Formats: sequence, structure tokens, C-alpha cells
Amino acid sequence: MSEILLPIAIVGGTGLLFGCLLAFASIIFKVTKDDRIEKIEQTLPGANCGACGYAGCSAYAAAIVEENAPLSCCSVGKDPVAKKIAAIMGKEAEKVEPKVARVLCAGTSGVAENKYEYYGIQDCVAEAKLAGGAKACPNGCLGLGSCVRACKFGAMSIVDGIARVDESKCTACGACLKICPKHIIVFVPLENKVWVPCSNTDRGPETNKYCKAGCIGCKICEKTCPVEAIKVINNHAVIDYEKCISCGLCADKCPKKLIHKSNA
Amino acid sequence: MMEVISVIIAALFTENFVLVKFLGICPFLGVSKKTETAIGMGMAVTFVMAIASACTWTVNHFLLERFSLEYLQTIVFILIIAGLVQFVEMFVKKTLPSLYSALGIYLPLITTNCAVLGVALLNVQNGYGFMLSIIYGTFAALGFSLAIVLFSGIREYIDENNVQESFRGFPIALVTAGLMAIAFTGFSGFSI
Repeated sequence: MSEILLPIAIVGGTGLLFGCLLAFASIIFKVTKDDRIEKIEQTLPGANCGACGYAGCSAYAAAIVEENAPLSCCSVGKDPVAKKIAAIMGKEAEKVEPKVARVLCAGTSGVAENKYEYYGIQDCVAEAKLAGGAKACPNGCLGLGSCVRACKFGAMSIVDGIARVDESKCTACGACLKICPKHIIVFVPLENKVWVPCSNTDRGPETNKYCKAGCIGCKICEKTCPVEAIKVINNHAVIDYEKCISCGLCADKCPKKLIHKSNA
Repeated sequence: MMEVISVIIAALFTENFVLVKFLGICPFLGVSKKTETAIGMGMAVTFVMAIASACTWTVNHFLLERFSLEYLQTIVFILIIAGLVQFVEMFVKKTLPSLYSALGIYLPLITTNCAVLGVALLNVQNGYGFMLSIIYGTFAALGFSLAIVLFSGIREYIDENNVQESFRGFPIALVTAGLMAIAFTGFSGFSI
């Protein structure tokens, strides 16, 4: 009889001992966690994109409660989420200005020329390491879709050899900005309808040799703008979105019909 | 002293847990995509295996051997390791938050790692004493860390390269692991 009872007692006893030990340990070593952290975490979209500047949604939730982080960093959830977080924290929500990512290049295949044929790994970062990429333009979209793979929201796509943003899907998380080796994706306020799809830094005559859609830095837009919001910097037009009133006059006057004016 | 050195050499190279004994393959393949996580996993395994060696040896010596219940080793060791890892996790979370944030996510993963159970059983099989068990446990885990860190370095390098599509991901990782295991057979027969 003891051949059976003793093993049962030993295994059962060890199990019971560890069970009790863990039960006590869970009380003694309990880490008190602010329940607001959990609530905020549930409110956040859970995309873990890192656009807020923290490691993920749970890290941001902890930062709000423990380090007094701003409430409106979440560019995915935008205003509704910021309001809910404010309600949990009992504070006023700051306004989240909706932004959208835009690719500053219009050099589709056929419009912009290549300086060599690329047959390597189908990835922009890899291509950019080889003499800055195949595009003759030093600031052109390489079109191998590193940003498409980086986007967690399916907002990026490659159309005619360059990256395009689906503005309805873009959450301004910034994943594409970080991955793009040419740094030609930027954030623009969603309300702003006028933008210059070019970031070429070569001078006009040079640009004309390899790209039909390149800004030549003629400064006509600069002279046209009623509020001095558009300036030619580094040989291409750059819009100051704090001043721009989206009148679209620059787009009408642009000799290359380059400046983009979406009708919305 | 010579015995200790020969145990250390065996644990690190000639009987490397991953590449020679094929224990702990799951984390070896699962957590080796980045060197950083591989180091974290290696540290957590070292930590747990050292403690587990000590505890299982004690229980085995004072409880199981005394009542000649050696056939219960596997089940009792699993119980001890699982309980111990949970306990250590809670303890570290409370007292050493910085260590917890470094090892935290890996600790629960090791609960059922066969390398940990393997070291407990091998300690008994080889008839090691208390100190030697801890030394063997620690260095076997360091051998595991060595293998996983080397492997993660190679995998990071492979990721940058243009691999045949059918071989991308796990197939090439398994080929790599096999080649590393072959390389480690070069240590066999090596003893002091």
C-alpha cells in the first residue's frame, strides 16, 4: 500500500507546497498597477505603431498615467481617442490636428529616367545603397515598396512605379517616413489641399534632362502666392503649411503643371 | 578542479545543449531573429537553469532518493521548474523591475523548455554533486546562449541577403542550424 501512497503524498505534497507558495507570492509580490493604465490601453487602437513616440500602446498608456505624457499623441485614434483618454484622466483634451503622409515625387515610370537597371533585392533601402538608387533624380521615389511593407494600415501602394498614399486609410503613424531611404515622404495637414509632389535638389536645367515632372525652381509660384507661403528652397518649391490658405493659385500658374490641387 | 574544468568544457562545447544534444530547439529557432532578443533569452535561460539545477538536485537528493522514488524524477522536476519559474517571475517583477523588463517576456517561455528539464535529469544521470550540478546547469545554459547568439547573428546576416524564394525564412534557418551542428561535432572527443 505504501508503494502507492508515498509517491502520491510526495508528488501531491510538492504540488500543494508550490501552489501555496505561488498563492502567497502573488499576494506578497503584487505589483500595484494603476487601473487607469488598463482603461487607457483598451481605449487606444492597439495598432502598436509607435507614432506617439512610445514603444507601443501599453507603453503610451503607462506614460500618460505615470509621466504625464500628452494625451493627444495617438495619431491613429485622433480626436475621439484623445477625448476618451481625457475623460479617463479627468483632463481637458488637446486638439489633434489630423495629418496625412504624402510622397513628394511624381516621377512615374516613363516620366523620370533611370541611370541604371537595378536587379538586386526588391527593397528601396537596399537599392538606395547602390549609388543612391536607380532613379537619375537624387530625390526620386525608388518604387520598390519599402513603405508599402512598413504600412500597417494598407494605405500605401505602388502605382506606375512610385508610392502613393490612400489618404482615407493613412493614420499618420510615420512608419513610412522612417523607412523611406530617400526621405521624400512627409506629414501634411489633412485639411491642406495644395502640395508640391517633388523634392528634387538639382538645378532646373539638370532636372529637365531626366524628369518631366520635376520642379525646376522657376519661382513663379513664389511670386503668385498672396500670403508668401510657398518658397523655392534647394531648387524645389516648398509650402509652409502654417501660412498656406489652400487657394490653389500657385497650382494654376505652375508652368510644369506640377503643383497638386486636390478638389475636396 | 580538473573535474570542474572538464564539466565546463563539456557543457559549453562538446555536449552543447542545442547543437549536440538537440535540447531547447524551440527557443533556439523561435527567439533568434535578432541578436538583442537572443541575448535576453540566453540570460533568462542561464538564470533559470542555475536555480533549477540547485532546486531539483536538493529535492532529488533529500526526497526522491531517500524514498527510492527515482522513477518520479520527470514529473516532480517539471512541477518544480514550472512553480519555480512562476515564483521567480513574480519575485523579480516586484524587487528588480529593471531585470524584469529585460528578462520578463522570456521567463514564462522557459517554463516548459526541455533544456531546463534536460539539465535537471542529466545532473542526476551523471551523478553530479550540489556544486557541480549548479556549475553544469550554468555553463550548459551559457552554451545554449553561445549557440543562440551565434545563430541569431548569422540569421540577421542572411536576412540582408538575396535568398532563393523557396528557402527564405525557416528553411534557410534550419539549414544554417544543421551546418552549425556539424561544425560543433568538431569538438567531439575533445577532453581534458
